[in-house]
Amino acid sequence: MSIGKYEDLNDMQIDVLKEVGNIGSGNATTALSSMVGKMIDIQVPQVEVLDFNDAIEAVGGPEKVIAGILIRINGDIDGMIMFLFEQNLISLIVETFFGTKPQDIFSLNEAELSALNEMGNIMAGSYVNAISQLAGMTIDVEVPVMTIDMLGAIMSVPAVEMGEMGDKLLFIDNNMVIDSTSIQSKMLLLPTIDSLDHLLGKLGVA
Amino acid sequence: MGQKLIVGISDWKVGKGDDILVTYALGSCIGTCLYDRTTGISGLSHIMLPDSTSIIDGHTTRMKFADTALPDMLDRMRAMGANTAAIKAKIAGGAVMFQTSNSKFNIGQRNIEAVKAALAKLRIPIIAEDTGLNYGRTMTFWAENGAVEISSTIMGKKMI
Repeated sequence: MSIGKYEDLNDMQIDVLKEVGNIGSGNATTALSSMVGKMIDIQVPQVEVLDFNDAIEAVGGPEKVIAGILIRINGDIDGMIMFLFEQNLISLIVETFFGTKPQDIFSLNEAELSALNEMGNIMAGSYVNAISQLAGMTIDVEVPVMTIDMLGAIMSVPAVEMGEMGDKLLFIDNNMVIDSTSIQSKMLLLPTIDSLDHLLGKLGVA
Repeated sequence: MGQKLIVGISDWKVGKGDDILVTYALGSCIGTCLYDRTTGISGLSHIMLPDSTSIIDGHTTRMKFADTALPDMLDRMRAMGANTAAIKAKIAGGAVMFQTSNSKFNIGQRNIEAVKAALAKLRIPIIAEDTGLNYGRTMTFWAENGAVEISSTIMGKKMI
């Protein structure tokens, strides 16, 4: 059966997507954890199919200020990976690379920004490698792009690109928890509807 | 007592009197305020995409597109008694949130052009705008006097 709309997914397909998120984000988190030298846990992934406004509420609300690192993926899955890093995670990453915490997230210099981009690159690569191996797929990862701004404005980017044909977004959502304090930073995988069909076919639940 | 009307993404609302209309975190989307100073009837739209005509699937809201949302909102304002000839527009948004070499994804500029074209077709003049660049904007619109505030995380607040 072919999926025409995100809301057509059945429970079994949703469970399979959760597992995809689990494996991908587990691998990405391991990469982050070893870079920053901290214990990082991930919470059980959620598969969300929500209209745009509810999707933004679900990841923190429109005016929450956050760093968004966007990585487009293509090949056997088309879509994007979006990392949403809270200020304390940004501080931690910058401190790991440069030894000092940044004053605030709006005054990051070029080197600090590129370190964060590189972290996004490594994590996206890890995420995608894990999924590729799971389903024998080829997925290419584009260069990450980052911005620090209101969450609603950041999430409008996937909404525009994925939401042209409908009014909903599908994303697999993982929360990261660092040192038992909840740094509610997130990893989102947002496949296009066409590649979702392809992915589910590869995983034998189309 | 006026209401605070929250306009979501792909949405529009109409108010009057001392209502306040707000739309949060415009990225590449465009917020359009239409204000009739003679009646105070005011509309705020938040569009995501320029053009509905390329969308094959009809199962999506007309409030998402510049070419359908703005005429629909104007119709509602007229039905409430707005005086079309007195209506003026203020627009904001159309940013490029992520700088990328791939211009296919730079929808902000196309949205700005589409909103301007839709307003020109409706013969509504644009009297103020804060568009383009690379940051998100929240738009707050007071129906009692047509004032519009733009707030952003890096630029602070300003009135347009």
